[in-house]
Amino acid sequence: MSTYRAPLRDMRFVIEELVGLQDISALPGCAAVTSDLVSAVFGEASKFASQVLAPLNRVGDEQGAQLIEGEVRTPPGFKQAYEQFVAGGWNGLSGEACYGGQGLPNLVAMPVQEMWNSANLAFCLCPMLTSGVMDALTLTGTPEQRATYLPRLTAGEWTGTMNLTEPQAGSDLSAVRTRAVRESGQYRIHGTKIFITWGEHDLARNIVHLVLARTPDAPQGVKGISLFLVPKFLVAADGALGARNDVHCLSLEHKLGIHASPTCVLAYGEHEGAIGYLVGEESRGLEYMFIMMNQARLAVGLEGVALAERAYQQARAYAQTRVQGRAIGQTSEERVAIIRHPDVKRMLASMKAHTEAMRALAYSAAAALDKSRRHPDDGERKRNQALVDFLIPIVKGWCTECGVEVASTGVQVHGGRGYIEDTGAAQLLRDARITTIYEGTTGIQAADLVGRKLARERGATAHALIGEMRSLLPQLAGCANAAVAVAHAALAQAIEDLSAATRWVVDTQSSDPAAVAAVSVPFLRLWGVAAGGWLMARAALIADVRLNADVEPEFYAAKIATARYYAEHILPQSSLLAKIVVGGAQSVLAFSEQQF
Amino acid sequence: MKVLVAVKRVVDPNIKVRIKADGSGVDLANVKMAINPFCEIAVEQAIRMKEAGTVSEIVVVSIGLPQCQETLRTALAMGADRGILVETDVEVQPLAVAKVLKAIIAKENPALVIVGKQAVDDDCNQSGQMLAALLGWPQAAFISKIEVAGDHADITREVDGGLEKLAIKLPAVVTTDLRLNEPRYVTLPNIMKAKKKPIEVIKADTLGIDIAPRLKTLKVEEPPKRGAGVKLADVAELVNKLKNEAKVI
Repeated sequence: MSTYRAPLRDMRFVIEELVGLQDISALPGCAAVTSDLVSAVFGEASKFASQVLAPLNRVGDEQGAQLIEGEVRTPPGFKQAYEQFVAGGWNGLSGEACYGGQGLPNLVAMPVQEMWNSANLAFCLCPMLTSGVMDALTLTGTPEQRATYLPRLTAGEWTGTMNLTEPQAGSDLSAVRTRAVRESGQYRIHGTKIFITWGEHDLARNIVHLVLARTPDAPQGVKGISLFLVPKFLVAADGALGARNDVHCLSLEHKLGIHASPTCVLAYGEHEGAIGYLVGEESRGLEYMFIMMNQARLAVGLEGVALAERAYQQARAYAQTRVQGRAIGQTSEERVAIIRHPDVKRMLASMKAHTEAMRALAYSAAAALDKSRRHPDDGERKRNQALVDFLIPIVKGWCTECGVEVASTGVQVHGGRGYIEDTGAAQLLRDARITTIYEGTTGIQAADLVGRKLARERGATAHALIGEMRSLLPQLAGCANAAVAVAHAALAQAIEDLSAATRWVVDTQSSDPAAVAAVSVPFLRLWGVAAGGWLMARAALIADVRLNADVEPEFYAAKIATARYYAEHILPQSSLLAKIVVGGAQSVLAFSEQQF
Repeated sequence: MKVLVAVKRVVDPNIKVRIKADGSGVDLANVKMAINPFCEIAVEQAIRMKEAGTVSEIVVVSIGLPQCQETLRTALAMGADRGILVETDVEVQPLAVAKVLKAIIAKENPALVIVGKQAVDDDCNQSGQMLAALLGWPQAAFISKIEVAGDHADITREVDGGLEKLAIKLPAVVTTDLRLNEPRYVTLPNIMKAKKKPIEVIKADTLGIDIAPRLKTLKVEEPPKRGAGVKLADVAELVNKLKNEAKVI
């Protein structure tokens, strides 16, 4: 597999020039987040990603995690890498300072997480889940729970998991059956959870499971589900580890990708009952889980960006060195690198343009998340909260779907070699395939977008965002650069398409929700394509100013070329997608089950 | 014991360098820069000696553009205590480096100076030696091991025939070789802490030293592209080619 080098220049372009690091530095508690600090953090993180995590990606895929007599053994090198990760303090990147974290804003944490994900997706699922547990305990844990667990989780000394799924309860969690029986100040948990990522492993001394379960007298359905904290080893008041709790890994799943990440079947309470502690209040478990899940969905969306980046780097390196055929129109006998062939160029341009647009969108959502939490003005916090809520299903759905497509194109660039595991291109495609599924499938994201995010406020945030996109048009029209003019025309059309489709969805949602559901995924994709086009057009405008001042002509000229490709090859999809959204529902609904 | 370490800002060794179109030098515009790897080893050594209790303070010095502060911050994040930037936009050649460091050493009075044996940009391998000469201090170049014992240091150097062991009197100047140590990864908390460590900026022209370049670069060009190899039938043919074509034997 090729080496990974973090795209630091584009990361810094997006956070400093496109999204605006200075807005985040101005937030309370972020004064230290200056450009030079960010540069130092990114520099060291990229070194760690390239030198420690990336070299393990292949061995992790080949050897995978293994279950040996009830214990999970991670692939060679993973334990040492995790120790280094913890020693480096990276687990506490965005953790709260009072628990030993660095409290860095999401806009800074996200590029760092992108680097970890690009380097080794299977590895970084472990810290990602730990961070989800940290969020949950910060929001809903008792002071004792927070004091006991958060410093260790922040340090990475212990890791965390999320236990939602059961064989009969996947996307529909109301079917959860795991029982929690009250017992003086604690609960005994009984049941089986499946698909538990990093549910058992040898990287850390303890594992903190957050488990959805039902109390005996709880009502049926989603309302009766509570959240419990179940440590692998019981923890004394002083944090010392005690007896082994009654939670055991029964088996590991054999998966298409992310082989190094142990996906466990966990049995709770097969013997005396697993001891669990209530998190927050009874019957509010699902609500808490959704608070966490929002952030987790953003993190998974970022995985799409990260894998696309890695696939792009790998395909580019191959295309630069693989010599095959003569260039079109060439008279000499010389054979050329395939990067000279127009169709290979097209594939690389598509990979690059998608990746950069996705990155811009994901980081924009991260900035909105920071403002929603830290902005001193209540109105600004609310506005940004609405924005981030709206963007999350788009980032998750669009960036992961495109991540799979980009990884697939990466295989294509390699030709036959791409289908052979040795190149590593295939692993990226296999690893990427889960991202459109876990933390809510693309269909679930689309349902969230139309059913929850749009419907509950009748599209107010969506139309405000469309308005913001529209306000860019005069600036684009006023720019002399020919590529920007192309972006202007394409974006103007995309905004009309987006606006019409959004109106149709908002208007139809209450009268015919099934029709909306039938086209909700193309609608989500339309939003991704258009928002990406808007951000690429903004990037082109910034690049044009820099080019006119003769600053870094290579980088900015490439940015403009990428924006132009996006405007001519990707953005036009908006008209097609809008047509499907507005007119395509009935052909889906018309199918009878027997016709399949 | 106080240690002074000099660090140089160079093109990131992972990057392929390009020559400026006019052949006047390497194109540094918007190129990613980093701490010189041998200097990084020097910083690491000082930190290990501090962790072992033989060193009490580590001062890092860099000479050059204001951006050299980033290089000093890297050293501070690794574990150095404070930084000094001697600021100048003049091209600083080895003799100038030695003179500037001598002036700083006169103020700081370190018992040991650790510098990289060479910088990966110009590969001069001169500054440490010149500095020792100007100071009149003992020197040990290309060290692969150092242990301080009272008023002297036990040194191991890698030489052609094996290892050379020396004892040198302190204060002294040593230059680091690749196998002295493997620099640590900088931790996130230390990056954050480094922001608060002091960096003193001294304008080079206030030191009263002539740092004007003594060497003039005439032209910089890419090395010739390597030609294709040939398969030889036997040793005799090889010897013949080495003698008559390559003219090396």
